[in-house]
Amino acid sequence: MDKGMEEAGNQMSPAVQQSKTAYDIIRERFGDAISEFDANPTMPFFEVLDIARWVDIAFYMRDNSLLRFNAMACLSGVDYPAEEKLGIVCNFESIGHKTHKIAVKVKCRRDGGSIPSVSCVWHTANWHEREAYDMYGMVFEGHPDLRRILCPEDWTGFPLRKDYQVQETYHGIKVPY
Amino acid sequence: MGLLDARVSNRNVLVTSVDNVMNWARLSSLWPMGFGLACCAIEMMATNASNYDLERFGIFPRSSPRQSDLMIVAGTVTMKMAERVVTLYEQMPEPRYVLSMGSCSNCGGPYWKHGYHVLKGVDRIIPVDVFVPGCPPRPEALIGGLLKIQELIRMEGLGISRQDALKKLADKSVDPQQAIDQVRKVAVTA
Ligand code: SF4
Repeated sequence: MDKGMEEAGNQMSPAVQQSKTAYDIIRERFGDAISEFDANPTMPFFEVLDIARWVDIAFYMRDNSLLRFNAMACLSGVDYPAEEKLGIVCNFESIGHKTHKIAVKVKCRRDGGSIPSVSCVWHTANWHEREAYDMYGMVFEGHPDLRRILCPEDWTGFPLRKDYQVQETYHGIKVPY
Repeated sequence: MGLLDARVSNRNVLVTSVDNVMNWARLSSLWPMGFGLACCAIEMMATNASNYDLERFGIFPRSSPRQSDLMIVAGTVTMKMAERVVTLYEQMPEPRYVLSMGSCSNCGGPYWKHGYHVLKGVDRIIPVDVFVPGCPPRPEALIGGLLKIQELIRMEGLGISRQDALKKLADKSVDPQQAIDQVRKVAVTA
């Protein structure tokens, strides 16, 4: 480690340092499939670049004895219109084993893009992915039951996209004010 | 005037019209349907509970629309719920009354602009007799609304339609602006 990086490492809070240690273990195994570590003080994260390997990474994060991220605390959808992308941000914790936390970002194309589902890894992801699909419209490949979860099944459009325009009527009822 | 204010003779005979008796019976046992939709429902439950005690008006919630004659739409009506509300309304036997409680069910409330999933006023799908404003309305306000429903029932009878009764009720209402101004003036001078 060169001097500059060491200094940066020293500036990290203990919590971020823990995340960095966890990240290094994942990086060692998956190399360029994941991005550099982002030492964001509130939510240290990395991005999955080769999204085809997202499920492998997920299993590794859950089962590796040094990581044991057994809890998906949250999965949120994000719209990046400037990049023409949709994404998810997942927050992981290791309840009862470790004190480290980390967030993982996964992105896909905005039009017709898909992300592999990790609902087989963390059951929490099942409904969370349905919600992300409901609000943003990215498809989760391999999801056992990918239906809308909050909006009516025959709703048009994905409400949390930045360019969303609400429909005029729903079953003959006027929707806008 | 209530039925019990009528004169009772010394033989315990009460003379009144059938309309009066019917209305008195109906308005003294308003059974709302027990369903709540959002935060307003909490206030409705509080009104039902012992502090405000709706049972003294003969009002207590039923768990079936078939047994209810009043629907208190308490809270945010989502688009998904809207059709269910209509179904429930249709299942209620006539004569039935609807009280829209809170800004959400009156007009969309805080979700009027960005709430893509919220019905902007329950009167778009079912006829509403009384609107109670507030977010949420205090129990006193809800009780006020229920008393309005009672007043409405009292007015009904042969030869007067619900529409006419509602119009009469509206005519009788007092513009609150004066009272508000007065309270403001007192608050400012104090
Ligand atoms: S009017 Fe206010 S209190 Fe009532 S349901 Fe809507 S947001 Fe909640």
